[in-house]
Amino acid sequence: MISALNTFQATRLEEVTIWFKAAEVSKFPKNGGACVKYKDKQIAVFNFTRKGEWYACQNLCPHKMEMVLSRGMVGVDGDQPKVACPLHKNTFSLKTGENLNGNLDAIATYPVRIENNFVYIGFSE
Amino acid sequence: MKTVLVIGNGMVGYKFCEKFVAQEAGKNFRLIVFGEEPRVAYDRVHLSEFFENGDAEKLTLAPRSWYAKNGIELYTNERVVDIQKETRTIITLSKKSFSYDYLVLATGSVPFVPPIKGVDKKGVFVYRTIEDLEETLSYASNIKGSRAAVLGGGLLGLEAAKAVKDMGLEPHVVEFAPRLMPRQLDDDGSAALATKMNELGISVHLNKVTQQILGNGSIQGMEFSEGDALSVEMLIISAGIRPRDELAKTCDLEVGIRGGIVVDNTMRTSDPNIFAIGEVALYNQMIYGLVAPGYEMAQVAVDQILGGETLMAKSIDMSTKLKLIGVDVASFGNPFTSEEEAHAIVFENKLQGLYKRINVSKDGKKLLGGILVGDASDYNMLLQLQQNEMPLPENPEDLILGARGGDGAAMGNVMELPDEAVICSCESVTKGAICCAVIEGGHESVKSIAKSTKATTGCGGCKPMISDLVMESLKSLGKTVKIRICEHFDYSRQELYDIVKLRNIQDYDELLDTVGQGDGCEVCKPAVAAIFASVYNETANRQETIQDSNDRYLANIQRNGTYSVVPRVAGGEITPKQLMALGRIGMKYDLYTKITGGQRIDMFGAELHELPLIWEELIKEGFESGHAYGKALRTVKSCVGSTWCRYGMDESVSFAIEIENRYKGIRSPHKMKGGVSGCIRECAEARCKDFGFIAVEGGWNVYVCGNGGANPKHAELLAEKVDKETAVKYVDRFLMFYIKTAPPLTRTAAWLEKLEGGITYLKNVVIHDSLGMGEELDAEMQQYTDTYKCEWKEAVETPEIRARYTHFVNSEEKDSNIEFVPMRGQKMPKAWT
Ligand code: SRM
Ligand SMILES: Cc1cc2nc3c(=O)[nH]c(=O)nc-3n(C[C@H](O)[C@H](O)[C@H](O)COP(=O)(O)OP(=O)(O)OC[C@H]3O[C@@H](n4cnc5c(N)ncnc54)[C@H](O)[C@@H]3O)c2cc1C
Ligand code: SF4
Ligand code: FES
Repeated sequence: MISALNTFQATRLEEVTIWFKAAEVSKFPKNGGACVKYKDKQIAVFNFTRKGEWYACQNLCPHKMEMVLSRGMVGVDGDQPKVACPLHKNTFSLKTGENLNGNLDAIATYPVRIENNFVYIGFSE
Repeated sequence: MKTVLVIGNGMVGYKFCEKFVAQEAGKNFRLIVFGEEPRVAYDRVHLSEFFENGDAEKLTLAPRSWYAKNGIELYTNERVVDIQKETRTIITLSKKSFSYDYLVLATGSVPFVPPIKGVDKKGVFVYRTIEDLEETLSYASNIKGSRAAVLGGGLLGLEAAKAVKDMGLEPHVVEFAPRLMPRQLDDDGSAALATKMNELGISVHLNKVTQQILGNGSIQGMEFSEGDALSVEMLIISAGIRPRDELAKTCDLEVGIRGGIVVDNTMRTSDPNIFAIGEVALYNQMIYGLVAPGYEMAQVAVDQILGGETLMAKSIDMSTKLKLIGVDVASFGNPFTSEEEAHAIVFENKLQGLYKRINVSKDGKKLLGGILVGDASDYNMLLQLQQNEMPLPENPEDLILGARGGDGAAMGNVMELPDEAVICSCESVTKGAICCAVIEGGHESVKSIAKSTKATTGCGGCKPMISDLVMESLKSLGKTVKIRICEHFDYSRQELYDIVKLRNIQDYDELLDTVGQGDGCEVCKPAVAAIFASVYNETANRQETIQDSNDRYLANIQRNGTYSVVPRVAGGEITPKQLMALGRIGMKYDLYTKITGGQRIDMFGAELHELPLIWEELIKEGFESGHAYGKALRTVKSCVGSTWCRYGMDESVSFAIEIENRYKGIRSPHKMKGGVSGCIRECAEARCKDFGFIAVEGGWNVYVCGNGGANPKHAELLAEKVDKETAVKYVDRFLMFYIKTAPPLTRTAAWLEKLEGGITYLKNVVIHDSLGMGEELDAEMQQYTDTYKCEWKEAVETPEIRARYTHFVNSEEKDSNIEFVPMRGQKMPKAWT
């Protein structure tokens, strides 16, 4: 089981030191997510086609510590892009990581870049 | 910068912080909080919900990050052991010391444990903290099925008794007084409640003085003063509370004779720099064991420290409505008026376990208080009438009997309440504030009101009234109150169904672009997916990212992120060869297997990438998807029927298989289940299903709109003694009509309840074709049946769909987070921590 939530550290664009080449764009379903492995981390990456945006966050749901967020539905709350955990529908902002419908800890989010049809995720370590 | 120290991070201590940082002036203070418990403040009022979901985080009032964000220094697991008034310092157990300008004691209370011989035996618990519950639960899990008692028949004791029952034990309530909830109920109210408790399987023992706890090491029983005894293997003590005033004694603050730190109406103790709030504070010589007064005290203390002049109200309302136990009980105002003070009007129906009493002033003008047992739906409105001293109807008895003859409801409309009426007493939100939030603030839903005013976030008892106020305020704005599925579609499900069909809309995005707004969410996506499935009979594979979690991968997600596999076993009939195939596949993939409540076999613990492999093998053996994951037909349960059974009137198995195959795969607003019984002994429980057939002399009786689950309801008779063909036709029409008109996630029973005209109307539509749409409904159902395909077969055979079943997109590795532990020769997910 995941020993600590803190294996995930939110990373802002200006902090990125490594752009990890994850997979081809076509591997990610439209308006949905898939999971990427980076070292010992599981990162959920979302192809929010409707908004023309990509988002990445930890795959671990802080509610019950399961690696499932990539299988959740994406959507918006007002303008805020969000993902709903497939287990109990807790929702998290894909921008800030904040839990939108409860008091759970925020999840870590990461910058995403698309280049030559490949998805890159930004890390700071 | 001045420093405020708060001792106690419980409900009231937290509320103090929340209110403190909400004030601009609060920013000029340093705020430090000490809590003895390991967790940050949580919602003790809803503690019992911990039994339902084992989810401690759900109870958290605010996460640690909230304290940090607001500049509050929080020390949990840190007990304060001494206060030195002279130097204005406090000392903690780990010997840290802090100085203060203002000190706030919010140390709450502890359960009172009477000095009974043997209370220290194993298996005796109290009921106050999450840790108490965890210990109780773990003890209970080893003695499942045995008896357990709760000492104390008050509010909390009854709640604990329900929890004991939910733990799988046989609950007994032992009360020393001659009645239950002695502070809230009179003798007759208590008697009505006791009857109801017995119906729930909770035994009540009154007038019992417990002399000693029996047992050798662990509790084995309780002995009472008359020499009688009750054998029990666990005991929860709920005999009242004692304020945690021990710190006051270290520094000579004034305390009451029976405990509690004395405070005035500014919440100051005998030392003007020290405040006490919540269950530790003795105000008007009383300890108030409720959150609402505690929250009010927190507000007063915040205001006083910041230089304001708010004072605590003179009299404090102790009205309560018991939650959670499955019986409505409420008591408000003064429940026990004497004959000199008031007229008591009493209504009692022993058959239904109803008892209602209202106390009306001698002049018949004012409501002074009352008691409700069995049905407390009018509690909120009665409480308002009493608190606001509102005029009563000409015949006050109408308040509990309903207006007979004449027009209009006796109770009046929520909008008639004065603006000052406090609707949410936990957060002191008035009617005026709520209406203003709707009308001026544009908060048009209960959820939005909760966010902006905090109303409903305490005990939640005011929710129905707030919902009425929102509706009525919107109406007053001339807005029609529309049922919309979410913020992205201003339409009901039925309207969207028609739009998709009439405009021939092909996918979710097109619908959103045509009649919706924004980019969708987890509420509208699955609802719309179900509409597409119903209109075009398309499988969940086509628009996979708008499907609910389970539909997206055609399997039910389990607590550890693995999935279950449920092949269809129509009518519960299965050959030995098929059983062997299931056995072989189950063993090959190391799946946990169980016979379900729906007469088939569920195999759990498959990882995402294994699903297509498993299904490929199942399909080879002739199995199909069982749609256990979809809002679709689940099972048609059957008894063995006339083929074997000596009582059978007809062949229920054949009929069940036929009907299960007829409706399989059809998507609907909620899941659908059927049943077929061979005679009125009803071994297939057909009357607990969305549709059911029972063979009788001369044909089949057709029942519709029943279900088990959270709110069990027996199905209603749609037609009697009809032949099989007619029976199927009626159910075809019934299901089609339901699929077209029901709101999302509404089972047939709930749908019928809201259907104007009820079963009579439904009979007219289905049998007498009153809407003239009979043939259309028949044709649509036939179309479904003709175009059915197994979506698992489709998934397994289509490479693009199959490719979805991998955990990582950039690695072949498995998810290393998944862990199983052994159990009874099989496996199970490692428990959540
Ligand atoms: C496996 C099974 C329990 C068992 O071990 O026996 C089961 C398991 C689940 N039930 Fe059930 N129910 C099972 C029979 C029942 C029954 C009994 C029956 O069908 O005769 C009922 C009561 C009858 C009824 O539905 O009217 C039942 C009432 C529910 C409910 C409450 C429905 C309601 O209207 O109140 C839910 C929740 C829901 O659907 O929203 C539910 C939901 C669930 C879910 C799907 C919860 C979830 O989303 O994870 C469970 C997961 C199943 C899985 O992973 O495969 N289950 N569930 C049974 C599978 C039957 C089958 O073969 O398909
Ligand atoms: C099961 C249950 C159901 C309830 N249901 C209802 C209900 O329906 N409606 C209702 O109004 N009320 C209900 N209550 C009562 C309600 O929970 C209390 O009134 C409320 O929690 C009181 O808040 P408080 O902050 O005063 O005390 P608490 O919530 O007990 O908080 C006090 C905190 O201070 C800590 N503390 C004590 N001493 C120290 C010290 N020296 N140093 C550091 N920390 C210390 C304690 O560990 C505790 O965490 C219920 C209570 C229970 C147990
Ligand atoms: S199987 Fe059904 S009753 Fe059992 S825990 Fe799951 S949802 Fe609840
Ligand atoms: S595990 Fe994510 S919401 Fe429960």
